[in-house]
Amino acid sequence: MEAFAALIDALVYTPGRNEKLRLIGEYLRATPDPDRGWALAALSDGLDFPAVKSSTIRNLMKDRIDPVLWTLSRDFVGDTAETASLLWPVTASDGTAVPSVTQVVEILSSTNRNTAPAELARLLDRLDPSGRYALLKLATGAMRIGISSRLAKVAFAQAFDVPVELVEEYWHGLEPPYPDLFAWAADNADPPDTENMPLFRPFMLAHPLEEAKLDLADYAAEWKWDGIRVQLVHAGGETRVYSRSGDDISPTFPELVDAFRVPGILDGELLVRGAVQGGEKGGAASFNALQQRLGRKTVSKKMLAESPAFVRLYDVLQWQGEDLREAAWNQRRERLETLLPELPDSHFDLSQLVEARDFDHLAEIREGTRDDAIEGLMLKRRDSPYIAGRRVGYWYKWKRDPLLIDCVLMYAQRGSGKRSSFYSDYSFGCWDGDPDAGAELLPVGKAYSGFTDEELKKIDRHVRRNTVNRFGPVRETDKSLVFEVAFDSVHLSKRHKSGLAMRFPRIHRIRWDKPAHEADRIDALRALIRD
Amino acid sequence: MSAAFSWIKPEPHGIYVAPADCWIDPSRAVDTALVTHGHADHARGGHGKTVATPETLAIMKLRYATADGATPVSYGETIRLPGGVDATYIPAGHVLGSAQILLEHAGERVVITGDYKRRHDPTCPPFEAVPCDIFITEATFGLPLFTHPPIEDEMAKMLERLAAQPDRCVLVGAYALGKAQRVIAELRRAGHTRPIYLHGAMEKMCRLYEEYGVDLGELRLVSDHAKDDMRGSIVVCPPSALNDRWSRRLPEPITAMASGWMRVRQRARQRNVELPLIISDHADWGELTATIEEVDPHETWITHGREEALLRWCQLHQRRARALALVGYDDEDD
Repeated sequence: MEAFAALIDALVYTPGRNEKLRLIGEYLRATPDPDRGWALAALSDGLDFPAVKSSTIRNLMKDRIDPVLWTLSRDFVGDTAETASLLWPVTASDGTAVPSVTQVVEILSSTNRNTAPAELARLLDRLDPSGRYALLKLATGAMRIGISSRLAKVAFAQAFDVPVELVEEYWHGLEPPYPDLFAWAADNADPPDTENMPLFRPFMLAHPLEEAKLDLADYAAEWKWDGIRVQLVHAGGETRVYSRSGDDISPTFPELVDAFRVPGILDGELLVRGAVQGGEKGGAASFNALQQRLGRKTVSKKMLAESPAFVRLYDVLQWQGEDLREAAWNQRRERLETLLPELPDSHFDLSQLVEARDFDHLAEIREGTRDDAIEGLMLKRRDSPYIAGRRVGYWYKWKRDPLLIDCVLMYAQRGSGKRSSFYSDYSFGCWDGDPDAGAELLPVGKAYSGFTDEELKKIDRHVRRNTVNRFGPVRETDKSLVFEVAFDSVHLSKRHKSGLAMRFPRIHRIRWDKPAHEADRIDALRALIRD
Repeated sequence: MSAAFSWIKPEPHGIYVAPADCWIDPSRAVDTALVTHGHADHARGGHGKTVATPETLAIMKLRYATADGATPVSYGETIRLPGGVDATYIPAGHVLGSAQILLEHAGERVVITGDYKRRHDPTCPPFEAVPCDIFITEATFGLPLFTHPPIEDEMAKMLERLAAQPDRCVLVGAYALGKAQRVIAELRRAGHTRPIYLHGAMEKMCRLYEEYGVDLGELRLVSDHAKDDMRGSIVVCPPSALNDRWSRRLPEPITAMASGWMRVRQRARQRNVELPLIISDHADWGELTATIEEVDPHETWITHGREEALLRWCQLHQRRARALALVGYDDEDD
């Protein structure tokens, strides 16, 4: 555990990506199996110990420190694991050796909810503050130390000089501590056998189209739908539906599992049918309707009947055993069109291409669309292979211009992680009438992005200096600062008192110059509802 | 509060001593100010009369280029203020010249600590605990998670890192008044005899410390030297210069920061610090609570910092306490 704790500390304090890769690589090469496999799992996808929760740590601490002092400390640090590692009372060593990562994993996975607190406490007693931090991070599953799953895999690939694409590909069929993966990469053993597994393949992603104009002779345009991007995989008799992050969401959409029974891999947008709003057949409801179905582990018949899901296909990666990822987009698109009849039209259709005379014409079409299920346009180079990740020059997304409204900052909450101790999450409101005639602000949304680090510091200072009330980690401000808020759409909702909820609100501009009474009214926001 | 001590009034802009019509560490210009120490959030220019230790007055003169109405008081010396108030300046152990102020009036004793610490500091005399009725304390590091490790550990950490990467330099961000000189003096105490390089903004304050008898060894200015001269050396700069363009003239600096906040990982990350050094000129939680117990006042007032937690500790230990809502004290840079 000492080497792992030292690695975690070094990673926390190392800003550069290359240096992080080097540190992880060095650890993976120097550490024996299975310790390094467990460490890799912790750094990438995180380990899951159902018996250990953040609340387990909180409860352990509340037996050891006054609850008020605990809460104040946790609020300041912004991270439960770190706070506990700093506040854990030092006990005289009982002579037990520091446990290895593998021992920690074995102990934690054999606990249940009753035994977990005592086992965790015993482990904490055996470690120093760095070790306690690493242990608690590992035990609760989310490291949140600025290492993405991707970075960990790149580090693995670099450490053993193997292609990262292959690492990604094998990854989803293997379980920690990945003995086959290390045997292949470190000891030249045969690659893991993943042929007949319904594995996730990393998505090809797009860059935002900045000011550039593209030649439509080289690029094809298609609609970008406002659902969730999914990958459907059928292999070895099994079907999986994967989300963009590679999470298996098959149980949430059983109708798609039933509908896709051909060996292959498809890329598309998952939508639910609703009020007809264009598209080819039937029609896609707004994202709001889809949201009702997300995150459910079981789905009722009523749900299935009311909001049936379907996939609007973008691409094909594999079909009947043939890998098409190297082929040009043109050819894959042709293949997609010819294979479509093999799929039930109740659950699949094709994302139509958008025909335009030239780029300016395309811009006009983009401006003119009224369909709420359309998020914008995609531009794909006609000869692009299907490559994992985001490559410059191949795919671009060209979103519709966001809607804008001026709101007043009402409450600010402290962030966590890199923003701990900064007031970085903002709730804002619009006036329910004429502010000069005594109207009040009603909350309409919450945002925590869209500003730079410098702006964050300035807003943080504003919040601290203009606090009128405190509720734990939340401060109520004097409602003097105006944000120009950008958002994709607005819907009726019971979540806020205003009866409205924005989709993807973010701070567009900070209007230090604008008096609060000149901010927008609820009516102005309501007028922007499209569905 | 009972009618007793009605002569001392915490106001948002400082502590007002009514019978003497003077203020302690006021955050705006007043006729008469009693100043505990030279940090900008406690010592502001523009007062009619400033009562402080000679060292603090020298620091203020350096910073504000004004010495009008300077009234020096040495450690242990008592001066009589109007309205029958006696003020005694007592070492606070925070930085050069830092003092607690003991006020006595009508048989009642009040101590204002200003900022203080209890650890050894080669650049200033140590804090002295003085019995009093009301103890007005800071609480910058007033959370139980703040435990400053022995400074020797932090020096060793820095010197080990320097030895491990001798082609680079260690760039230490340290507050220009107090922290910088203490870090340099501690490096000397740890046996580091090589020249130490300074950011230009540090020079005058270091010279002033030397004038008051603090030996800092050989100091050089970064601006006088080529990049290669500084390989394997320690460079000291204000925290604001750490991520500034200025640091490009240094040989691949390892970014370090000397601050009590470095105890919290995310604080170090927010400042892009690679080598966090937990070094503070403020009392940590253990020192704050032990000092209250040692002074054992009738009542504890908490001026600035994490007041809520220290207030809670006082409640848990059946001590009378209140938090004062003073504004303008900036503790984030320490």
